[in-house]
Amino acid sequence: MKPPPFEYHAPRDLGEALEILAGAGPRGKVLAGGQSLIPMLNMRIAAPDHLVDINRLGALSSIDAGPGGVTVGALARHAEVERAAPHPLMVQALRLVAHPVIRNRGTVVGSLVHADPAAELPAVLAVLDGSVRLARRAPGASGLPDGVVTRDVPAGAFFTGPMESAAEPGELAVSAFFPALPPRTGTAFREIARRHGDYALAGVCAVVTLDEDLHISAARVGCVGVGPVPVVVDVTEACERRPAATVPWQRVAGAVRERAEPDGDVHASAAYRLHLIGVLAEQAVKDAAREAAG
Amino acid sequence: MSTGTDSSHEITLGVNGTARRVRVPGRRLLSDCLRHDLGLTGTHVGCEHGVCGCCTVLLDGRPVRSCLMLAVTADGHEITTVEGLAGPDGMSPVQRAFGESHALQCGFCTPGFLCTVTALLEENPAPTDEEVLEGISGNLCRCTGYQNIVKAVHRAAELRAEES
Ligand SMILES: Cc1cc2nc3c(=O)[nH]c(=O)nc-3n(C[C@H](O)[C@H](O)[C@H](O)COP(=O)(O)OP(=O)(O)OC[C@H]3O[C@@H](n4cnc5c(N)ncnc54)[C@H](O)[C@@H]3O)c2cc1C
Ligand code: FES
Ligand code: FES
Repeated sequence: MKPPPFEYHAPRDLGEALEILAGAGPRGKVLAGGQSLIPMLNMRIAAPDHLVDINRLGALSSIDAGPGGVTVGALARHAEVERAAPHPLMVQALRLVAHPVIRNRGTVVGSLVHADPAAELPAVLAVLDGSVRLARRAPGASGLPDGVVTRDVPAGAFFTGPMESAAEPGELAVSAFFPALPPRTGTAFREIARRHGDYALAGVCAVVTLDEDLHISAARVGCVGVGPVPVVVDVTEACERRPAATVPWQRVAGAVRERAEPDGDVHASAAYRLHLIGVLAEQAVKDAAREAAG
Repeated sequence: MSTGTDSSHEITLGVNGTARRVRVPGRRLLSDCLRHDLGLTGTHVGCEHGVCGCCTVLLDGRPVRSCLMLAVTADGHEITTVEGLAGPDGMSPVQRAFGESHALQCGFCTPGFLCTVTALLEENPAPTDEEVLEGISGNLCRCTGYQNIVKAVHRAAELRAEES
């Protein structure tokens, strides 16, 4: 239960970090909050040759809320984002991520790159159609210093499999963008975990927009724990543009279950997870509609 | 700080108010650095994957898992371990409340609870029952059944209020 040997790097700025990552390629790993990577090192599931600790890159700890949405830097920790409360759905999700002590170190961007199919924040990024900004070193033309190139990957393309993201060797996720909500929109996050603070057996976040007559005009859910990546389902049609009180909830639950592909394990069978996801979807959409109505 | 393949690094940790210089390999966990390199065995190690909370220490005043942090990452930071909770006048209110309320039996989990609760009351001096449960939910105790730990947190809040 101790990490294997590795070469430790503590870059002082982004350029230095990208240079080390470029040199290390697939043998390098980024260390952010360490709340997932260090358990993996301790259990020897991960054994990188080079560990690039980004904890000294203070410039990456920003949390910027603008009219279009929220940009969180790679060093913004769960607890800091929870406290800054820049987006209602992020706060609802963060309260369900592990325990407060883990949230003091773990980062939002680290959680996205880690891409655990049971994690809350990837589902939030996916349901909101957010994106992750990846940076890598761009070798300078002859005589010029190296530069930085970035690319923005939308959530739909970012999560590529269980614990797999579009971040390639040599790339650093510098920030993530969570789009703001339209007017008359509410959000909610519901999940069931074996113990408080554990990864959920299944979970659903919902984003619901009402029209002027308080009928549901748009409803999307992001599901956790029922597939290799977050499962986003548009349930607008299943809600039949009705007010929440008369929505045919069986139809909503059915639409979500149709898209879910849960696996069974010691914690819950696939059938139980499938049952849960429908129940949680109904609860989350109801909660979000209530919030949207104000 | 020098680097090299698993080479050692000279770091300075502010531990319980004293600057401690120590040489550690990159892979040394903060928990092991405190226990083995600095001889501060009050910080206990249970699971080494973040679940039990026994290894919780304060990093710049905030509770963190010392088993999920490399000692080199803590270079230049202030750490408070259970050994640093008592003041010049003796045990801290949280420590006394745990004793008074019988909030420990074997004591293995206690250093982690004491650090967690010290920070909890610093941030929220009069927590509700629900806030106490949320605050200590990341610390496991195999002996007490938690009831007396919850009582101790409320008692510690009282003692802090009386003494401030
Ligand atoms: C007891 C316990 C319970 C937990 N429960 C939950 C839970 O219920 N829900 C949940 O979502 N999470 C949970 N977590 C995980 C926690 O949220 C982690 O903090 C998070 O998953 C990873 O963030 P980190 O900053 O700690 O990343 P690290 O552990 O530092 O890194 C994780 C991975 O992402 C890579 N990485 C990190 N940042 C970057 C970057 N900027 N660019 C490129 N690669 C990067 C690393 O190389 C590594 O592969 C739990 C953790 C523990 C210990
Ligand atoms: S030893 Fe660190 S949480 Fe268990
Ligand atoms: S007192 Fe024994 S584990 Fe808590």
